[in-house]
Amino acid sequence: MSDTTDGQVLTTQDGKPLKAALRRALRREKLRAFLLIAPLLIFVLITFVAPIVDMLFRSVENGIVADTLPKTVIELSKWDPASGEAPDEVVFAALYDDMVIAVDQKTHTRLGSRLNYEQSGISSLFRKTGRRIKRMDEDGPFKDQFIGADKKWGDVATWQVLQQFSPRYTDGYFLNAFDAKRGAEGIEMKPEDQQIYMFLFGRTLFLSIVITLSCLLLGYPIAFLLASLPLRTSNLLMILVLLPFWTSLLVRTSAWKVLLQQQGVINDFLVWTRLIDDAGRLVMINNQTGTIIAMTHILLPFMILPLYSVMKTISPSYVRAAKSLGANDWTAFWRVYFPQSVPGIGAGAILVFILSIGYYITPELVGGTSGIFISNRIAYHISSSLNWGLAASLGTLLLVAVLVLFVVYDKIVGIDNVKLG
Amino acid sequence: MSALPPYASPLQRTWFYTFRVICGLIFFFLIFPILVILPLSFNAQDFFTFTKEMLSFDPAGYSFKHYNDFFTNPDWQQALVNSVLIAPVATLLATAFGTVAAVGLSQSHVPYKPAIMAILISPMIVPLIISAAGMYFFYSRIGLQGTYWGVVLAHAALGTPFVIITVTATLVGFDRSLVRASASLGANPVTTFFKVQMPLIVPGVVSGALFAFITSFDEVVVVLFLGSAGQKTLPWQMFTGLREQISPTILAVASLMVAISIALLTVLELLRRRSERLRGLTPG
Repeated sequence: MSDTTDGQVLTTQDGKPLKAALRRALRREKLRAFLLIAPLLIFVLITFVAPIVDMLFRSVENGIVADTLPKTVIELSKWDPASGEAPDEVVFAALYDDMVIAVDQKTHTRLGSRLNYEQSGISSLFRKTGRRIKRMDEDGPFKDQFIGADKKWGDVATWQVLQQFSPRYTDGYFLNAFDAKRGAEGIEMKPEDQQIYMFLFGRTLFLSIVITLSCLLLGYPIAFLLASLPLRTSNLLMILVLLPFWTSLLVRTSAWKVLLQQQGVINDFLVWTRLIDDAGRLVMINNQTGTIIAMTHILLPFMILPLYSVMKTISPSYVRAAKSLGANDWTAFWRVYFPQSVPGIGAGAILVFILSIGYYITPELVGGTSGIFISNRIAYHISSSLNWGLAASLGTLLLVAVLVLFVVYDKIVGIDNVKLG
Repeated sequence: MSALPPYASPLQRTWFYTFRVICGLIFFFLIFPILVILPLSFNAQDFFTFTKEMLSFDPAGYSFKHYNDFFTNPDWQQALVNSVLIAPVATLLATAFGTVAAVGLSQSHVPYKPAIMAILISPMIVPLIISAAGMYFFYSRIGLQGTYWGVVLAHAALGTPFVIITVTATLVGFDRSLVRASASLGANPVTTFFKVQMPLIVPGVVSGALFAFITSFDEVVVVLFLGSAGQKTLPWQMFTGLREQISPTILAVASLMVAISIALLTVLELLRRRSERLRGLTPG
């Protein structure tokens, strides 16, 4: 549509140029749409996005050393750990001033427990020094007094840790999450027996893959059956899929706890049928088997539903055409039907995988020690060990993994096409 | 596959029935764990398995004592009250914000739509443990950790993506000329929304609200971190029960919750049938 005819500008009835009027209308429409979305957007930004950003920030945040010992940090920056000797009197004098204030505000124990994550023993060092600080001679010399209070103040290693964590931001938590640490010669891996996080990430990935595959194995036939049955029957059978989907996660987890226990229903049944004897009851819970069985059951509907919605769109005439051209049942399925169902497999598999790598409740309840995921470790650091920085950096790594997968999911399915129920 | 043709070979015949048996077994796997807790919740003993009396259908093997415990134990009652106080408020917040935003998102010109959509859907994508961790850190900074409103706001945020998805799905089939017709007849946008748009998208809103409700009602990870003892909900109580002092009362609670799920599922199914019927009636 052109807006000019013979050089004349088209106008609306009240004499304004049409183009301007349309532009105004469009702007108003955009504004209206935005005003409708704004309340929720602000709500989600405050209640959800801000906490996530806060967590990302916390994974590198390290203001505690600089806040508690400000003067020491400045003086210590001039010290060279390669000298092999503890810093000189100036640093100790600054430490004395800082410690007096810190003990007064009782912040020195917090600093101690924070630095204790990096090197054990520092927590007690700070507590001990805190008790002795009042008895020290205000005029110095401080170096001997501090070393007299605790020999650790004479160690190069103690000061190295302090200097290393002086900056306000640290990669220490992330190094820890990657089982690495900063040694004398830069970044190095921790000893084999202390490498727990990479191992846990590996196990989380491995178990998630196993769960995704078993969901696919069990979900594909069901989706295929539901898609090929007449609508009336398939709607009825669909209830069997939707009921578990709608049932509380904890209900299903407790059901598996009841079923899989050594004195539980399955073991009792197997003993009753004489398949196993009473002494040989199977251990199916509090290990990886328990996690895999329970989580496959919990996530199976998330595999069946996307598969079903894709399979329902596959026209049966393709398979019929293949058969009329001489394909046997298997060839018709494998060469014609299966390739068309691949988008459904992709969608379902990624969905199940995303959900499973972040799972917490079920592994916690039926996983024992060998079946727990990285999320359980994050929860442990938040509520038990109180090493929030490490929890935040582990969480950040997990979040990055999920987001990458989600981008893939978005490319395959599109978030707009997510269907529920 | 739907039916066996009369000319099927014996091999096809065998496979046809084998496949049905396999599917039957998978359906059994899906539904059995949920069904098995129903009879077990009437166990007269404190066992998690069928007793001899139960298997011989002796009335003495069955009792309501676990239900009795649930309805008299103050811990469980407090948890029930908390759940009932938290979930509806969170649902209301999520549904109100979500419906309005979905109407906005379905307009034809929305600036930065993909980015906005990504932010609004994110509570559904981010693993719960990460949401819980982030909220724990952030809400303790602003003093909401351990409060009723902290839990409600968190649950509302987790529920909104479901409302957005279900309501936008209903709005896809919405005829925009109805809004124009109503406006041309002199209705203002608010009247148009409540008199014209709302009645047509109500199934989407209701199913979104049900999703938001079940999200909050079943949620345990976030409440575990954000709540204090005063916000102990049913799932929380079940979680601690399963982890520590495992008591068969959990089975009674679980059975009641299965009943709630069945009720919710029925409502959703009726809604789906209604919208299918309506779609079948509208021409084109």
